[in-house]
Formats: sequence, C-alpha cells, structure tokens
Amino acid sequence: MMELTLALGIGVLVGSGVWLLLRPRTYQVIIGLSLIAYGVNLFIFSMGRLRMNAAAVLSSGTNVNPADYADPVPQALVLTAIVIGFATTALFLVVLLVSRGLTGSDHVDGREPH
Amino acid sequence: MEWTSHLLIAPIVLPLVAGALLLMFDERRHTLKAAISLASVLTLLVITVVLLRFVDSETAMTSVYPLGNWPAPFGIVLVLDRLSALMLVLTSVLALAALIFSLARWHKSGPHFHTLFQLLLMGLNGAFLTGDLFNLFVFFEVLLAASYGLVLYGSGQLRVKAGLHYIAINLAASSLFLIGVSLIYGVTGTLNMADLALRIPAVAAEDRMLLEAGATVLGIAFLVKAGMWPLGFWLPTAYTAAAAPVAAIFAILSKVGVYVILRLSLLLFGVDAGATAGFGSSWLLFGGMATIAFGAIGVLASQAMGRLAGFYVLVSSGTLLAAIGMASVSVTSGALYHMVSSTLAISAFFLLIELVERAQDPAANVLAVTMEAYGDDMDEEEAPEEVGLAIPGTLAVLGLCFVGCALLLAGLPPLSGFIAKFALLTAMIGGNENAAMWVLAALLLLSGLSAMIAMTRAGIRTFWAPIEGTVPRVRVSEIVPVGFLLVLCLVLTVQGGSVMRYMDATAQSLHTPMNYVRAVMSTAQVPGPKAAESQ
Repeated sequence: MMELTLALGIGVLVGSGVWLLLRPRTYQVIIGLSLIAYGVNLFIFSMGRLRMNAAAVLSSGTNVNPADYADPVPQALVLTAIVIGFATTALFLVVLLVSRGLTGSDHVDGREPH
Repeated sequence: MEWTSHLLIAPIVLPLVAGALLLMFDERRHTLKAAISLASVLTLLVITVVLLRFVDSETAMTSVYPLGNWPAPFGIVLVLDRLSALMLVLTSVLALAALIFSLARWHKSGPHFHTLFQLLLMGLNGAFLTGDLFNLFVFFEVLLAASYGLVLYGSGQLRVKAGLHYIAINLAASSLFLIGVSLIYGVTGTLNMADLALRIPAVAAEDRMLLEAGATVLGIAFLVKAGMWPLGFWLPTAYTAAAAPVAAIFAILSKVGVYVILRLSLLLFGVDAGATAGFGSSWLLFGGMATIAFGAIGVLASQAMGRLAGFYVLVSSGTLLAAIGMASVSVTSGALYHMVSSTLAISAFFLLIELVERAQDPAANVLAVTMEAYGDDMDEEEAPEEVGLAIPGTLAVLGLCFVGCALLLAGLPPLSGFIAKFALLTAMIGGNENAAMWVLAALLLLSGLSAMIAMTRAGIRTFWAPIEGTVPRVRVSEIVPVGFLLVLCLVLTVQGGSVMRYMDATAQSLHTPMNYVRAVMSTAQVPGPKAAESQ
C-alpha cells in the first residue's frame, strides 16, 4: 500500500510538472520545474528501499547490524538535491522577473503570439 | 602524504578561494579584481600543466585523492588520469584566453564577472576530477549555476530570452541526471564510478533492465549538455547570445557532456562489463551522425557568424559522439585530438567574431538576410571607386586570424584541424569496415566542406564586400588571446607526433578500465597525524 501511494504521488507530481513545463507562460514553467524537483526528490528517497521505523544514524555500540538501519545515502543525496534545487529555482525566478521587466510579457518567447 | 599529492585538489580549491575573495571587494576596484582573477587563472594553468606532466611521466598513471581520508567505495575520491589531466589543461588555456580578452572591455559591463568566471572554472575542474557520480552532479550544478549567471552577463533582451530557455532546459536535464543516478544507486548500491564498474557485471538478470534504464536517463542528461540531435536545439541560440569571452569559455561546456559520456561508457559498459558491454554505443554512433548532419546544415544556413560558430559546436560534438560510439582505441585517440583542436578553434572564433562584428552596426545582419532573400541588385549601381586602397593593419591581422579559424574549422591542411580529421579517418578505415563507418566518413568530409563554404561566404561578406570599410577599433589585448589560441593549434600541428602519442596512451588506458578501477579501489587510508606519531 505504501509503495502504491508513493509511486502514485511521484507519478502525479512529475506528470503535472511536465505538463506545466510545456506551457507557454514563465510562471507555469517555474511551477512545473518545482513539481518535477519534488517528484525527483521523492524518487531518490525511494531508491534506498522504503523502511518503517528504522534509524538512519548508527548508535554507538560495538555490535551494529546494518540490516536494522535505513540506508542513509539517499537521504544525504535528497538533502543535497533539495538545496541545489532551491537555489536554482530562486535564480530562475530572478531571470523570469527580469524577462518580464525587459519584454513586458510573461510569455517564454518574450512576446505574445499573434 | 607529501605536498605534491595535495596538488590534485588545487584546481578545485584555487578558483573557489579566488571567487570568494573577489566577492569581498567593491565593483569599482576593477584593477584589483582583474589582478586576482588573472593570478588565479595563471596559477591554475601552471598547476594543470604540472599535473599533466606528472600523469604523463609516471608508470602508474592514475593518482587518487581520497577526500576526508575515507577509503574508496565509502568516501568520495578525486581521480586524476591522462584524460582528466588533458581536460584540465584545456580548460585553463581557454580560461586564460577568455579572461585576457574580457579585461579589455567586457569585465566592466556588469557585476561579479570574475566571481562567476572563477566558480565556473571550479565546477569544470571538479567535474573532470571527480570519481563519484553524485559528486559529479554537485560539480555540474556549480558550473551550471555559474554559467546561468554568465550567459545573462551584459544583459539585454536577447540574452535574457536565450538565458531563460537555457536555464529551463538545463534544470530539466538536471532532474533527469538525478533520476538516472538514483536508479543506478538503487540497483547497484554504490555511486563510486570504479566500484560501479566492478559491480555492474554481477547485476542480476532481472535487475539489468532497471540498470540500463538508469544509464539511459543519465545518458540523456549528458547528451542534452553535449548537444546531440535532437536534444541540442537550444545550443546555438544560447551560445550566440552570450558575450564573447563567455562564449569562448562555453566552448568547453559542451565538451563536459562528451567527457562524461566517454568516461562512463568505457568504464561502466566497456570490455569487462559482461552482459551489458557496449550498451548504448550504437545510439551514440547514429545520434552522433545525425548531429553532424544537423550541425552541417545549420552551418550552411547561418547568416550571422555567431550562429555559424554555434552550429559548428554541434558538428564537433556530433563527431566526438559518433567516434565514441565506434568504441575502438585508435578512433578514440583521433577523437581526443579532434576535441582539443576543435575546442581551441571554436573558442578563438567566438572571440574573433566579436572583434570583426564590432565595426558593423547591429542591423547589418538583418539586412544581410533580407538582401539575400530579395536579391541584392542595389549593389550593382555602385561602381567600385577606390581600387588601390591599402588594407589597414587591423583588418589584415583580423583577416589572417579569420583564415586560420576557417582552416581549423573546415579541417584543411596545414593546421591541426586537418590532422584531427586525418587521424579519425585513417583509424576508421583501418578498423572494421561497415556501412555505418563509410557514412560517418562521408559525413565528416561533407561537414568540413559545409564549414568551408560557410566560412568563405562569411569572410567575403565581412572583409571584401563592404564598400566603405569601417575598421573596427581593436585593442592589442583583445587580438592577442585569439592569436594565442591559434598559435596553440599550430603547436599542436608541429608537435603532432608527441601529442598523438599522448592521445594514444589516453585512449589505451580508457579502453582498459581495470587499471583505473584497481588504482581507485586499492587506495589505502592515509595514516593521520596521531597514528603517525604513535608508530
């Protein structure tokens, strides 16, 4: 059940993201890119196998069984991807505003279709 | 661990420190900023040449730098082999030329040029050095973030529009990169490239489809960067819109994608990969050929010189991708020579375009299009008046550089473009012959022809056709970088034998990936200061 929910969630996020990415307005494009980034982050997370109630950080004992713990690598990867995605989205937002200011249009080609 | 082994991380740390330092100073202190940036790039050039000589002299050719002193499959490693050393030197040479060019004029036309430039270098060097897939993603994002800033540098409506498309496409490609990396991690449980090469032959048959899907998605992300048809439609517009020194350094940006594909396809799907050996190579071969055809037609169709150069980047990428798809040692070594030669030539050409077009008013290109479309009969009324006009010195130098670029791009003797094409063709015809090989050979020759025609046309229109020749005002520091890059191509030609020997050795080591894997996996932990004392 959890797998199905997660898979549907990722699918809906990326699907809506791709549709928005192909739209002609810059605001739709940026929302689309954000949605794709969310879907991708969930996807990376799921690639470390989904576990319930398992810690990611090893306790400081001598007898550590790695099978008791969740895979910490995808969590670290997701964290990095979130930070980078956040920064690039902010940068894209600035370019979007500059483009709006210079061309007076929020169309991705800088002019309204006739 | 002696200090020389720490030199390996200097190409990443040095531009990072220089870029951060440059942020401290006010924008009005141009001289100081330029001095810091120039010092950093010069030091970088020295370091990379030292690293290249080090790699070339050693018998054990691959040196590994474990970051944080964690052993290989667990920690992130930096790996220096012949290929990465070659790319590092190429990057710093282009950086030096572009930076000197920018100091004449461009670096004052907007904020933070030098910081962005240094961070771009950091990202490039990191991408060439890293031995870890996710670390590669991080360095890719560093270089892309810097390139977003640089492509917009100088502002203007055209740049913002092109930059908007460029950023959107690269953000989407970055998402594909992440999906590919995480699929590969999900199947193999590792991100270290050498460890991946060991684990891929052991992947179970039912998981192989997931692995190949991951590799394909990852490959698409790099092919978008490299500009393979039909993924490279954005490239000519973005490169044309960028400021001249930015476009000159961007000449290596598409080669980063090619570099990663060369590295990963031979390391992960090389001879030792078991059931997945040679995965994707026919896609690279046919995709590369389509890219050459598309690029050559684009070169012919271009009216403005900037677009011509942008489409030639596609031709060059296509040649390299198709050569990688051939998967033979001698073709790879020819492709490496072609990569160096064409990158230098494209970079010089991007710089030259700005100098030549400075004299023309911006509307001239639009006029040229309409003139050709509606017939240029208005020219015939004007009789040539000054027949014996002496060519001014500036125009002569510019024209000479233009001829050099044309010879290099078209691949005609006596410059290095010819040797590159000759090496590729002899390697292909000497190898296993099939229909695809002959088509590729024909495409290579035709792309050279189309570049020749387009360059001749552009040259005639620029240097001979103008009735009242306005001589562009060019400073010495602007023409010197162009000359520097072209002279380097001449050196490549004269020293062709020793350069080709290096390329052969590089290709040989790329096609025997086990040496690389062994070097990375056998890297021992360096004893810390405490352990050294207790002994």
